[in-house]
Amino acid sequence: MSDINSTSARYAIGIDLGTTHSALSYVNLNESDGEKSSHGVLKVPQLSAPGTVEELPLLPSFVYLPHADEVAAGDLALPWPRAVQEADAPFVVGEMARSRGATTPIRLVSSAKSWLCHPGVDRRAAILPSDAPLEVARISPITAATRYLTHLRQAWDNAHPQAPFAEQEITVTIPASFDPAARELTMEAAQAAGYTSLTLLEEPQAALYSWIQTSEGRWRKDVKPGDIILVVDVGGGTSDFSLIAVLERDGVLEPHRVAVGEHILLGGDNMDLALAHLVARKLAANGTQLDAWQMRALTYGCRSAKESLLADSGLDTAPIVVPSRGSKLIGGSIRTELTRAEVSTFILDGFFPQVEASSRPAVRTRAGLTQVGLPYAQDAAITRHLAAFLGRQVAATSELQGFAGRQAQDATFLHPTAVLFNGGVFKSDLLVQRIMATVNDWLYMEGAEPARMLAGADLDLAVARGAAYYSYVRRGHGVRIRGGTASSFYVAIESAMPAIPGMEPPIQALCVAPFGMEEGSELELPGQQFGLVVGEPVHFRFFASSTRRNDQIGELLDFWGPDELQELSEIQATLSAEGRQAGDVVQVRLHARVTEAGTLELLAVSLDGAERWKVEFDVRGTPPQ
Amino acid sequence: MNASSSHPSFWRRVPLAFGAFFSTLSDAAYAARVEKLSLPEVAPVAPVAPAPAPAPVHVPAPAPVILKEATPDAALQLLALLQREARLIDFTQENLGSHADADIGAAARVVHEGCAKVMREYFTIEAVRQEPEGSRIVLNEGFDSASVRLTGNVVGSAPFKGTLSHRGWRASSVRLPKLSEQHDAAILAPAEVEL
Repeated sequence: MSDINSTSARYAIGIDLGTTHSALSYVNLNESDGEKSSHGVLKVPQLSAPGTVEELPLLPSFVYLPHADEVAAGDLALPWPRAVQEADAPFVVGEMARSRGATTPIRLVSSAKSWLCHPGVDRRAAILPSDAPLEVARISPITAATRYLTHLRQAWDNAHPQAPFAEQEITVTIPASFDPAARELTMEAAQAAGYTSLTLLEEPQAALYSWIQTSEGRWRKDVKPGDIILVVDVGGGTSDFSLIAVLERDGVLEPHRVAVGEHILLGGDNMDLALAHLVARKLAANGTQLDAWQMRALTYGCRSAKESLLADSGLDTAPIVVPSRGSKLIGGSIRTELTRAEVSTFILDGFFPQVEASSRPAVRTRAGLTQVGLPYAQDAAITRHLAAFLGRQVAATSELQGFAGRQAQDATFLHPTAVLFNGGVFKSDLLVQRIMATVNDWLYMEGAEPARMLAGADLDLAVARGAAYYSYVRRGHGVRIRGGTASSFYVAIESAMPAIPGMEPPIQALCVAPFGMEEGSELELPGQQFGLVVGEPVHFRFFASSTRRNDQIGELLDFWGPDELQELSEIQATLSAEGRQAGDVVQVRLHARVTEAGTLELLAVSLDGAERWKVEFDVRGTPPQ
Repeated sequence: MNASSSHPSFWRRVPLAFGAFFSTLSDAAYAARVEKLSLPEVAPVAPVAPAPAPAPVHVPAPAPVILKEATPDAALQLLALLQREARLIDFTQENLGSHADADIGAAARVVHEGCAKVMREYFTIEAVRQEPEGSRIVLNEGFDSASVRLTGNVVGSAPFKGTLSHRGWRASSVRLPKLSEQHDAAILAPAEVEL
């Protein structure tokens, strides 16, 4: 990494681009040495009300698109000058966007990150807010992400005029479950936000980096070679699992990320909403109907009531007051309460039920053909998703050096030995204990040792901190998690078979990028050549597998298990007509490349190697067939 | 003001206390009156004047102390925050007499939780003295008379020995939000119109 060391960066910056909140953390490179690093979290100036700027550690990931009559001159002033093009279409990012949007949801862009990886929509198109009336000028999921990232860059430059953002090392985090297209879109958003030197990092890895950093070297005592760390990351809107195995090479501990889970749109916000609906039903039974505004106040009240009930085991009920909307606070407010039993039933048994290791999330067939909204998880039980993940990844470590034979032959799921939690949901000890008890039950049933919990994680800011630390370790300090790509990738090739009426021609899957490709590596697809027609786009169906670890590039699969391959949005190659006649056929070979930044690129390379064309991921919402 | 039966009830005293707090902050004349309240009670020498004459705040020569005039903006801003988070203005503007204690209690939860949030987020408040209340403490010569007030049998010279009756509060930092120049702080809460 000599090219990185030679830059003039003074800070390593980590950005947690979250579904509901974003944060910026940094490591001061000049004051850091080895495993002792000097770090901090940037207080982000943002509007909290018209004309009011507050510095908060988190930037709520919301954009509000105000009506022209809603804001007066100067109401949206920030400590830095606004871009000129904003004058016609003003917008608000952060706390004020969140609070304004609560009362005017048709002008609020939220969960842009979930839209960014939604394969059913065109992610470059202005589609958000999805339920906005016609006169609201919508923005694309990429634009929303660009605005959060731009705000964080400007906040940094405002606070550190001597160390401009553009000259620092930047790491932006993404869910481990992001597919190559979503990773590339995140990259695109960051570049549009003026980020020049940029690396992507998976959030569960960031959480582990943060844990390593916080321990200041003591982590070497807490984990040992042969450990398999399960990272359970439940954020506001998404749940993300990863498995990290600890190897020993030449006497040095080396964590390897061996598996990542699927993208699950299920998080802490769903729990608060579920409780609010429960309480609203109770109120309705007593004849009190709540309007939308009161419902939001109730959701907020349920969150704090839930937190106090889950934190304090001596408490049996927590009162909730829904304030009146008008100025008559007394008499107009509605008082109700949440009981411990309700929280246990709803949160523990609804979202974290103690299920068998063999249980799997329920999948309902979708009622309609079109999906306008986000594809939320259909089964709310996080433990069932976890069981499915560990079951699918039962063989994740079988090929790993030093792990062969560690796990019993008849194991039905991968046996973790340690668990690291991340996300504000796990501030509740009860939920942490529930997951530990469930996982340890599964382990006990298969005669394995119980897993232990890795303590001392910073649940809210770990991802941002870990990302900053990763920028730092990339410069050659401290421990680095290995892993490479967490999937192998395939394109569909039609089999040479006589056509059978009424049947689609069967396809074969050609492996174009194997599992575990490391950053900066490039592989050529051997043997196979493709003839591409100049000027005409060629489409390929595109697949990924998170379990087929041994397929080599160029391998052709005739059949595969029902859950082994997931179809992604298709990819397409277009050869530009430069210097050629349209309609000419050019013979190319396919190359797979993982960039230093961490994105996967497929390239069509002419046989002489002189010309390269990028094969694009389709992000325009052609749903997988 | 003659019989104890006219003493305001607890619930009446809550808004009174808050009102007094803000009036003291923003109104120097009012503050002067409040200051007089803490002097030992003396027999009324004259019937209470309905409108007190403007308090003479000028300190006579030789070295006139410059009195700072508090800018109303920060006080208004704090009021707006307390209204936004704690509905404090709504609460204090209501007549408690017509409501049941249960209703007042429900509203008080909103006010209490919100006020605590404002205190927590915009101020760092810590006790002036760390000793438990009721313990004996010694004040050596040169103690800060602004942060420790002597009461009772105040005679003699330092060191003073006494009982800590209140630990005192100190705002060790204030982080009020910044306001844009055009912002009208007098609007404590805008009217809301749902379309």
